[in-house]
Amino acid sequence: MRAFLSFSILSLIVVGLALSLSHVPFGQDRMRVADYYLDHGATDTGAPNLVTAVVLNYRALDTLGEITVLFIASLGVGIFLSLQKKKDTTKDTKNLPEASLIVRRGSQFLFPLILLFGGYIFLHGHLTPGGGFQGGSVIASAFLLMFLGNTGYRLRQGPLAVTESLAGITFVIIGLIGLGIGGYFLNNFLPKGSEFALFSAGVIPILYAAIGLKVGAELAGIVANMFESGSER
Amino acid sequence: MIYIAILTVAMLIAAGAAYLFRDLIAAVVACAAVSLIASALFYLLQAPDVAMAEAAIGAALTTAIFVIAIRKTGRYEK
Repeated sequence: MRAFLSFSILSLIVVGLALSLSHVPFGQDRMRVADYYLDHGATDTGAPNLVTAVVLNYRALDTLGEITVLFIASLGVGIFLSLQKKKDTTKDTKNLPEASLIVRRGSQFLFPLILLFGGYIFLHGHLTPGGGFQGGSVIASAFLLMFLGNTGYRLRQGPLAVTESLAGITFVIIGLIGLGIGGYFLNNFLPKGSEFALFSAGVIPILYAAIGLKVGAELAGIVANMFESGSER
Repeated sequence: MIYIAILTVAMLIAAGAAYLFRDLIAAVVACAAVSLIASALFYLLQAPDVAMAEAAIGAALTTAIFVIAIRKTGRYEK
């Protein structure tokens, strides 16, 4: 009975979806705004990477929502994992075997290089593929490598929280300055400079640096919370 | 075009394997393979921005978080 009920509800949903989607003309070009972005994106924003032009200029408010969602996710992980009693986690890690010398030194050697690469990705977000989210996740993977390679590695949460808050505040303040100068939130009020230069495209590099640091701090915080909480089994 | 077809088939196989494995670590590795192939497909379909995000988040960070969670709970599906 129950199987029959769930099957009939599922088939009802499938038929409904098929009926409603059959009227959508797939494959037809109905997005006129995409052509506008392709034609005017680089000159409007000064960013040769059109993805960045859309993400941080035309749709910058959506990006603010996106980093807010990531912040709430990181906050949720932190709160959920701190609900269990704080235990002495050093006792747990003492039982784990130490990684070999090559793994330890290798991870410590690669750590600054990966951080540098993450910074490169988000600072060149307006010129080359990549940007704040990609660079931030590369930075977080550097911290992940340190956690994997060094038994008992601990990350201080204070500097992470400060970095994250400062980056978020920078994003909003730049948006508000744009509101004051140009009349709308996140207006690109700085000069656009010459195309393909590192210091070009107005506020976009500053915003991407803020996003990169914020995403990196949040994801590194999630990884650190996961590693430091609870007991091993 | 042939590469895209091969990668799509490999991705489907990895997704099926992730569903069938009873060992959760093996299932997570299969999920990571799905993400990695998705990243390669994004690159071939000329979306390098998405490919970078998928490779860093899908293949590296999510896998690590799943592995840590499995290590702290239980390894085999009951």
